[in-house]
Amino acid sequence: MDQVTTIEAFTATLKRDLLVAYKRKNDIFNPFMFFLIVCSLFPIGISPDPARLGEIASGVLWISALLASLLAMDSLYRNDFEDGSLEQLLLSPHPLYFLVLAKNMAHWLVSGLPVVIVSPLVAYMLSLPDDAYWVMFLTLLLGTPILSLLGSIGVALTVGLGSRGLILAVITLPMSVPVLIAGTLTVQEALNGASLSGYMAVLGAMFFGSLTLAPLASATALRISVT
Amino acid sequence: MAQEREIQNVLQAENLFCERDNRVLFKDLNFTAHRGQVIQIKGSNGSGKTTLLRILCGLNDAFRGELTWFSKPIQDHWEDVRSSLIYMGHRVGVNKVLTPHENLRWSVGLSTSVINEQIDHALGEMGLRGFEDSQCFTLSAGQQQRVSLSRLLLNKSLLWVLDEPFTTLDQEGVNLLERLLSQHANKGGVVFVTTHHELLLPNLTLLDLG
Repeated sequence: MDQVTTIEAFTATLKRDLLVAYKRKNDIFNPFMFFLIVCSLFPIGISPDPARLGEIASGVLWISALLASLLAMDSLYRNDFEDGSLEQLLLSPHPLYFLVLAKNMAHWLVSGLPVVIVSPLVAYMLSLPDDAYWVMFLTLLLGTPILSLLGSIGVALTVGLGSRGLILAVITLPMSVPVLIAGTLTVQEALNGASLSGYMAVLGAMFFGSLTLAPLASATALRISVT
Repeated sequence: MAQEREIQNVLQAENLFCERDNRVLFKDLNFTAHRGQVIQIKGSNGSGKTTLLRILCGLNDAFRGELTWFSKPIQDHWEDVRSSLIYMGHRVGVNKVLTPHENLRWSVGLSTSVINEQIDHALGEMGLRGFEDSQCFTLSAGQQQRVSLSRLLLNKSLLWVLDEPFTTLDQEGVNLLERLLSQHANKGGVVFVTTHHELLLPNLTLLDLG
């Protein structure tokens, strides 16, 4: 019996979280369905007029994706905290950074990726002008992992609290707003025909910044919550 | 060399002090854990048994005093401690939707590489043959405890820290766990255990928190 490498521990955690998600199918589809429902209510509530919808489509998609991500966040560490698996995770000899990253990645794959994949279809439904589909898709592809990574910090901080209520949103939303601004702005500028490289670079920087820093913050927050 | 390691202090505490909500849980606590020793921590409810065990694992750092791991300050060696530790707390660390096999695949796989046969064998040893592929929410509390205890058979860890491992076990399970503890001690391992149950082990040391 040999010690495992950090990469093996990373894959073991990733596989396990995907397996748990697969076995809790209801939990997986909740955020996804929420996203679809919110997006489909806008044409009913505002106006089915393509010109008016097209104007707000990027904002609607982004806000729905943000709220769906927030809705999905709570399940990230809660069950593990309650059944003691989180203690086992913290007691692993491997750097917690990678294990947290594995959990975040699994979480995004089941809650964020479906939203990204279905977004062109919803964009079509909301009459987003044709040339913005790809930009919308790309911004969400870069943006939803950031939302997951940032949300993870909030969940890690609040996982030990008995009644959480809105505190998770209060912690997470201020961090997510810049991502929302960058995402919607990129799509708007694409519609105006501006060059996108600068806007995409900002999103990319946010992505890599949160990829490297957010799991560190989550790991520290988890240690605090468990002690 | 082997002889030399025998007498080494695996874990030593000096003047350990811990308080919670302005209530002193324990103070001036001194103990030394050698290889081959089973240390049973006794004390009334709320006397800080769990807190002490969590301190030993690094899950709680709200204490004062010196802790040493192989005579070196533990603060700089948490990674070494973690790679030779099995901890079982009140929350046994068994995910309810996964099967015992899947649970162990992950919790053991975090530190040691195991193959499926080893896991099935360990589950069989713990009396869970036939339950390998049932989801854990269908198992009783005692069976879930057994799933968690199977880790003891799969990890070759030096230090076992077990918080009330006997609570939900039946008589046969209690005997089995006692046998495991004494085998581990005979092989040179160290066990910290809290229980209100009388342990009948030859190398037992009692640590009373009052």
